[in-house]
Amino acid sequence: MNAKKIDRIASFIIYTIVGAVILLLIAILGYILFNGVPDISWHFLTSAAQSFSAGGGIRDQLFNSLYLLILTIIVSLPIGLGAGIYLSEYAADNWFTDLIRTSVEVLSSLPSVVVGLFGYLLFVIKLKLGFSILSGAIALTFFNLPLLTRNIEESLRSVPNLQREAGMSLGLSNWKTTTKIILPAALPGILTGLILSAGRIFGEAAALIYTAGQSAPTVDYSNWNIFSANSFLNPMRPAETLAVHIWKVNTESVTPDANLISSASSAVLIIVILLFNLGARFLGNKLYKKITATK
Amino acid sequence: MNEYNLNESYITDIKEKLALSTQDVQVYYGKNQAIFDANLNFPRYKITALIGASGSGKSTFLRCLNRMNDKVATVDGEISYRGVNINSPATNVYEVRKHIGMVFQRPNPFAKSIRENITFALKNAGIKKKSDLEERLEQSLKGAALWDEVKDDLDKSALALSGGQQQRLCIARSIAMHPDILLLDEPASALDPISTSKIEETLKNLSQDYSIIIVTHNLQQASRISDYTAFLHLGHVIEYNSTVNIFTNPQMKATEDYVSGNFG
Repeated sequence: MNAKKIDRIASFIIYTIVGAVILLLIAILGYILFNGVPDISWHFLTSAAQSFSAGGGIRDQLFNSLYLLILTIIVSLPIGLGAGIYLSEYAADNWFTDLIRTSVEVLSSLPSVVVGLFGYLLFVIKLKLGFSILSGAIALTFFNLPLLTRNIEESLRSVPNLQREAGMSLGLSNWKTTTKIILPAALPGILTGLILSAGRIFGEAAALIYTAGQSAPTVDYSNWNIFSANSFLNPMRPAETLAVHIWKVNTESVTPDANLISSASSAVLIIVILLFNLGARFLGNKLYKKITATK
Repeated sequence: MNEYNLNESYITDIKEKLALSTQDVQVYYGKNQAIFDANLNFPRYKITALIGASGSGKSTFLRCLNRMNDKVATVDGEISYRGVNINSPATNVYEVRKHIGMVFQRPNPFAKSIRENITFALKNAGIKKKSDLEERLEQSLKGAALWDEVKDDLDKSALALSGGQQQRLCIARSIAMHPDILLLDEPASALDPISTSKIEETLKNLSQDYSIIIVTHNLQQASRISDYTAFLHLGHVIEYNSTVNIFTNPQMKATEDYVSGNFG
């Protein structure tokens, strides 16, 4: 067979595989959106869930998901940044660094149910945090950190070494070079990783069932006192998220419109993740342009 | 390629004031020795070229002079700058690099605006006054012969400049720190002939105020711009003399073969 023919066959196979993946994606997304979008209404988004009668909404679940996401990012981003910077800029190439990398990898392959149960035993029971947003956020941090650390490390590493040398040759310290030159240059990559992990957090259910709980108590959205028991910002209250809600509605709900609620919630979940994706990408580009002064 | 006796060398005595001198510098990459007993005196306000074939160790040697080989290689021996051995563990390397600047083979401006590229390190070094920063900005860009081309675009990204402009920006960035010595590692090897001649002209002008040490692959370049030339071969300094002598009256066989293009 000649080179041209082999090339043609190879590209045909590759295109087919790529096509299959895209088709699958479109099919799943299309199915969810097609089934769910017609049932999304303002009322659905802004009213509380009903346990027994039809017509319930997802107001609290949606808010809980977003709040949990923000808390998780607040907890995990600094740790991930620190670990990523250490691994890429400071760590020497030795067995200890390898050990850390392996640990991070093992952590990333833990099943989320196991993380959830671990969180239940440690935070909910042992540390007496109860079923709470905080327990959920910490459990999700466990789950999110490996991915985030890995991503930040890779993004920093992909900045050419010449940039580090430029910083060094001007008498800048390692720390200044890292934070002021390398980190800004790596920002778009870090943001992409953050978005990916945010999607994972937003859609996570198993780890939250045992940590953030499955109930959505009525909260007061006008109470901004974070310490007040019925404040929507109180991190110590149990909080059912959207993904957990979908799971629950599908398994043990007695509402007559359970099907409708689950398909509409799924659609909302996906739309929010998509919006998040696009928004963060836009923001990342803007930020990068501002830092690098590219017009 | 002929075998040369690497332990024979011809090193001329520099009678002028010195900017930097090295005594018995050895460099090791792990167990491999890359530089053997380098003893060189670099005169002040002159351009000294380091020439040699690929793998001769000229870049490795250059990078020792402002401690850029820390963490990369082991450097033994003394490097004296203003009477201090800067190759000792007690030396503040960040301070050293403020006095001994470096420009690299490939242009490496920061992903920032042209202005920020120059002022960033200055601010870090404690210069906060806006008028001072502006003055240094203009001065250094003029010194690197870039001012006229970029004075209206100072807030545009440095990455939008051409390769030659980027390299001159890197030179400007270095001289904005007001170093004593400027090390250049094949600064024109990635550039076109016009940019190269601009860089050479720039260096010629800068040598009135700076001591310059330049590694180059390009023999014509060395003969055009440098006052002194050191020829390195397989990690050994074979010959060090005024550039005129190196090119017209080489003392060592290896040097003669190299400058007449027989190898390298």
